[in-house]
Amino acid sequence: MARLIRPLLAMLVLLPLLAQAGGIEVRRFEDPVLEQRYQSLTATLRCPKCQNQAIGDSDSPIAGDMRDRVYRLLQDGRSDKEILDFMVRRFGDYVLYNPRLEGRTLLLWGLPAALVLLGALVVALMVRARRRASARRLTAEERARLDALINPERNE
Amino acid sequence: MKRRLLLLLPLLAFLALGGFLYQGLSMNPFERDSALMADPFPAFELTTLEDPSRTVDESLLRGEVTLVNVWGEWCPTCKQEMPQLLDLAERGVRLVGVDYKDTREKGRAFLAEFGNPFEVNVFDPDGDLGFELGVYGAPETFLVDAEGVIRYHHTGYIKPEDVREVILPEVERWRD
Repeated sequence: MARLIRPLLAMLVLLPLLAQAGGIEVRRFEDPVLEQRYQSLTATLRCPKCQNQAIGDSDSPIAGDMRDRVYRLLQDGRSDKEILDFMVRRFGDYVLYNPRLEGRTLLLWGLPAALVLLGALVVALMVRARRRASARRLTAEERARLDALINPERNE
Repeated sequence: MKRRLLLLLPLLAFLALGGFLYQGLSMNPFERDSALMADPFPAFELTTLEDPSRTVDESLLRGEVTLVNVWGEWCPTCKQEMPQLLDLAERGVRLVGVDYKDTREKGRAFLAEFGNPFEVNVFDPDGDLGFELGVYGAPETFLVDAEGVIRYHHTGYIKPEDVREVILPEVERWRD
């Protein structure tokens, strides 16, 4: 039994390698830093043809072309920002999984913070209003009415 | 009374959010404006499909409003789109094709079978020009004005009704 299981296990271990060989090519890098940058760039760039897939995960032709371009630009010594700019210039902001902070996206980044601040302000105002209301002294008239309500029989 | 109205605020916020989400339901995520809108057509230097010895560049698109259609023999939608392009050519629109990621034989066979509305076809076997244009699938169509600036972008299939309702008005708009 063990003799049968072992090759089966070995095959199972090799299976993911096969899957990788299918869609996405393996690239060789001399420099591990460059390879790291390649991995992170292909994970943050979104495939324009697919709805929600990074170019590093997609086997659509355009994703392949884009990985190819990222690889070549890295070999050319371009910075990450230059490579992202290069892609945005051609394919638009859509390809950035992480939208940039700029005039058009200010609302996107600022709105949650603004809403939290607004909420804090509302809470602060409510607390203050309530505290003021409870701290107000009763007028003599009000006190007499309150007494009458609490102890009705005493006044009768 | 004022305080009562204040209580409606969350409801209003919810309705606004609902409005945005409802609008999102009817939006087509495949239709996005080109990043190159109002930019000059990217520089290129490629041969034509018709003549391997003839090299053309972006100056090909100057002087007249031109519809640039990116197509390929491998693209089934492009075949359905050809009658509309032939119609546009017949109505006097200047069309230039980009044969995208194709071989010369297949590209020529495609035009022989489905008709050729294009004044000339730029042969782009590696998809380099397509990449510069931000093309991520065919067909895609760009309207370029007489100064060589991209003015309109149509992602995907040009439907028969799009010819009169969308494309021709855009062509007219940029002709003057």
